[in-house]
Amino acid sequence: MTRSHDPGECEMTLLVQAEFDGELDAAQAAALATHRADCPICQAAAESLGRVRQALREQAPYHRAPDSLRARLTAQAAPRRVTLVRTAGWRRAAAAFVAGGAIAASVMLALVPSGAPGLSDQVLAGHLRALEPGHLEDVISTDQHTVKPWFDGKLDFAPPVKDLKADGFPLEGGRLDYLDGRRVAAMVYGRAKHVIDLYAWPDAGADTAPTVLERDGYTLVRWRQDGMALWAVSDVERDQLVDFARRWRAMP
Amino acid sequence: MGRSDGGRDFESLVLPHLDAAYNLARWLMRDPVAAEDVVQEAAVRALTYFASFRGDNARGWFLQIVRNAAYASMKLDRGLRTVPLASGGDADAAAPEPADPADDPEHTLVKTQAHAGLDRLLAGLPVELRETIVLRELQELAYKDIAQITEVPIGTVMSRLWRARRLLAAAAQHEAVP
Repeated sequence: MTRSHDPGECEMTLLVQAEFDGELDAAQAAALATHRADCPICQAAAESLGRVRQALREQAPYHRAPDSLRARLTAQAAPRRVTLVRTAGWRRAAAAFVAGGAIAASVMLALVPSGAPGLSDQVLAGHLRALEPGHLEDVISTDQHTVKPWFDGKLDFAPPVKDLKADGFPLEGGRLDYLDGRRVAAMVYGRAKHVIDLYAWPDAGADTAPTVLERDGYTLVRWRQDGMALWAVSDVERDQLVDFARRWRAMP
Repeated sequence: MGRSDGGRDFESLVLPHLDAAYNLARWLMRDPVAAEDVVQEAAVRALTYFASFRGDNARGWFLQIVRNAAYASMKLDRGLRTVPLASGGDADAAAPEPADPADDPEHTLVKTQAHAGLDRLLAGLPVELRETIVLRELQELAYKDIAQITEVPIGTVMSRLWRARRLLAAAAQHEAVP
């Protein structure tokens, strides 16, 4: 019984399909109609096309972008606009970068003092997302000699990978993340059962002392050191994260 | 939210097509997390390239970037298998194994159809058929747009669509017992 629905072969079937997809003009459609009146294969093909379309619409979901993804990409784009405005008064060497174009724009981002709006939210969002199952580390490691080479070739900079095991913050792994539209390094540290994410990306500004922010029960500490912007984020106690930042900075 | 420069920028080019981008990535990768990663990666690439974008078809342009990012990701996956982290077999069971293009599609379909809805059958199609039918039936794109995104001539789009539909129709018939 099912075999009788097989459209079989006719050289015109691709045209039947084209008409079905609204790709034929009126003259072509008229010519096809003449042929189809006498061709059972093409008649069956047209029916089959309709059945498949209906079945797909009923059973194959159209996956809309999750709100979290939309929010992340919007946040990613938004600070850039602010940055471009701010660059007007920025120092000369940096201004040369602004010559135009998106790459320059994203480079500028890193030069803006880390107060760029939305960045702390992005850091926190990245941290929370990483805590979802299977997302925490792309490379699992016991020391920096595994993590450091793993970043090679995945980033256009060499992130400062340090192990603070002796200080009670063992390095557990690393992964790539996105902040402000660029790839950044994320180093994952453990503290008892808690996770500390440390984000790093190049930032040409002078070194700064750590600043502490709080967001929804999470603590963020940011500073700049040796040409890198660094953001630590975790749900450990505030004092512990500050201690982590202090030790990390002090380590050569 | 109005744009003072009135011109095109990353947000107005890309964000309106986020659903289309995610849907394509989702059907290509067959995994929600991987799809998000692909769209994110594509957005980064789009941000890099958009200054040089001159066309009118931003959706096609972005979907092409999404597709390239998805293919790059699939290639990467094939090369190095990620260390399986925690979690039970649920996630694995939900996603059919990536179809080897060399696999006979009819065979794959017959294998899976016993307990699969049409969405599973679609997910089991070879990737070049799957992306073509998704762009046509779910995104409702014209042949020329599909040809641009998948980087093949229109004639190839037509034959891929036909093959995809024939496979789905055959499989759906075996299934459908009204």
